[in-house]
Amino acid sequence: MNISDKFKELKTRGEGALIAYVCAGDGDTPGIVHALIRGGADIVELGMPFSDPVADGPTIQASIQRALDAGMNPDKYFEMVKGLDVDVPLVVMTYYNLIFKRGLEKFVKDCQDSGITGIIVPDLPPEESEELAGYCHEHGIDLIFLVAPTTRGNRLEDILKKGTGFIYMVARLGVTGARADISESTKELLGRVNTDTPRAVGFGISSGEQAAEIFQSGAEGVIVGSAFVDIIASSEDVIKRLEVLAWEIKSNL
Amino acid sequence: MKTKGKFGRFGGQFVPEVLMPALEELEQAYERFKKDPGFKAELDYYLQDFAGRPSPLYFARSLSKKYGLKVYLKREDLVHGGAHKLNNTIGQALLAKYMGKQRLIAETGAGQHGTATAMAGANLGLNTEVYMGAKDIERQRMNVYRMELMGTKVHAVTSGSQTLKDAINEALRDWVANVEHTHYLIGSVVGPHPFPMIVRDFQSVIGEEVKYQIMEKEGRLPDSIIACTGGGSNAMGIFHPFVSDVDVDLIAVEAGGSGLKCNDTAALHSASLSVGEEGVLHGAKTKILQNEYGQILESQSISAGLDYSGVGPELAYLAETGRIKPKNASDEEALAAFHELSRTEGIIPALESSHALAYLAKAASELGEIVVINISGRGDKDLETVMKMGAVA
Repeated sequence: MNISDKFKELKTRGEGALIAYVCAGDGDTPGIVHALIRGGADIVELGMPFSDPVADGPTIQASIQRALDAGMNPDKYFEMVKGLDVDVPLVVMTYYNLIFKRGLEKFVKDCQDSGITGIIVPDLPPEESEELAGYCHEHGIDLIFLVAPTTRGNRLEDILKKGTGFIYMVARLGVTGARADISESTKELLGRVNTDTPRAVGFGISSGEQAAEIFQSGAEGVIVGSAFVDIIASSEDVIKRLEVLAWEIKSNL
Repeated sequence: MKTKGKFGRFGGQFVPEVLMPALEELEQAYERFKKDPGFKAELDYYLQDFAGRPSPLYFARSLSKKYGLKVYLKREDLVHGGAHKLNNTIGQALLAKYMGKQRLIAETGAGQHGTATAMAGANLGLNTEVYMGAKDIERQRMNVYRMELMGTKVHAVTSGSQTLKDAINEALRDWVANVEHTHYLIGSVVGPHPFPMIVRDFQSVIGEEVKYQIMEKEGRLPDSIIACTGGGSNAMGIFHPFVSDVDVDLIAVEAGGSGLKCNDTAALHSASLSVGEEGVLHGAKTKILQNEYGQILESQSISAGLDYSGVGPELAYLAETGRIKPKNASDEEALAAFHELSRTEGIIPALESSHALAYLAKAASELGEIVVINISGRGDKDLETVMKMGAVA
């Protein structure tokens, strides 16, 4: 299933999407992915670990480091994804150098072959994305762009025009990481980002309550990462607790 | 939208979306203020009366005699703070002030850029915080203390290799969170556009001075100019005014460390220009040290200031077009050059600059009749490192 179909399906059911992020290679990834889906994750974002993740905070950076130390690399990543038997859209999130080094077209083809339907690259603004977008278009893969509270004017228009799948709305200034407060800027941002493409809000969301607030503000989905990664890092009862947290958030959407 | 800030296929803007508007704002402000007579006059004033420019172009009699050519040293070690770094930090801090920013952040390897940022911040009344790898803090205690004396908060970075690469990651994260009132004062010709251009322009004062100084002393341009290259700010600074003077050889000397080899996670050197591969690191496409999957390798050098896995994109471009020649000197060769200059000329050079000097010893016969070597900084900060290396070579 691709991302657009998933959002259409959710819309007819009146639900918001739970997009769950975890870093591949940190822990029992297939077990983790299945637990998230059992809990209600609608889309799973699987990080491909990069040595210098500048858009991520300490929680996800540590997860990425554990994955790298455990030997995860792009070859193993695609192999592992191929083996996942899931019926939700899978999205790869990684930094541009890994894509560039593999070769843009090969990377996109590997996504297609392994069942990944979308790509998020936090250090690739639309200005630099033309070539990758071309291959994504050719192979039917969504290239998902981020919109930040600082994005305005022509840049915003351009991102809304170029982004497919969903628009990743960054809830606040800063890097990834669970936060208790969801800033007013989220609502302000939702207010001025008008598009037919679904809008999913990420960065700092860790509870059902926050998810409900964002959904009620008009977003089509929420992205939750660090809160899941915190559970993985604790190594205690991971599978069960991931499923419960996913369920707690999804039941508010 | 157009891709900006390219040098051939190198450069560009590969940063989180949050920062893109800040880069645009910075570029516009720079284009505006660099032509502003008030800004220019103020910058000139700081460079002359605070930094102590122009720095001398010194004829090194003993070295010249020993190697059989005329060796001139560009004395950036005499700039306030002991390195060329202040040319850029005073420029950017002034720019930040004109832009209405209240806070400066910076990252530093050897501590020279951090110190220069602390000086500029203190002088211009801006809150200043500096990120520094925990390993570099160990290597450069005195610079940490100097920064603190000037009211700068130094954050120890304990992630990754605990050196410059990781300090840059942390500074970028800080900037992402505080971009509205904070200027990230990048210390080298690296990072996303417009930083490589801005830093190069502010450092070009070095090469511009060399040009008229050598005309005064020799009546002609030098045959070769040698500069050490980590990120490459002193190199771009001295090279840039000479790029179109094609008879002048421009030689960029990288840290060869303990040999040009690497394993899956680390290199034994910092020679990204010589042996790195095209990739994207810290906001720009350039030559970087990476493994087969594109993971960034930790670099290594006796000199904390050269210990970086990437290099400025303009240098990558100039090297590819053949305009500059990338060379390297090992830890050992740099150390020998450090001792040689100290003994023969009474100048203790930074370990960074010692790499440039080492190339003179390696290739004196290929440098023509007149050579200029950029002494980018003084060696006081490196004494502890050198003392640990044992007996005088």
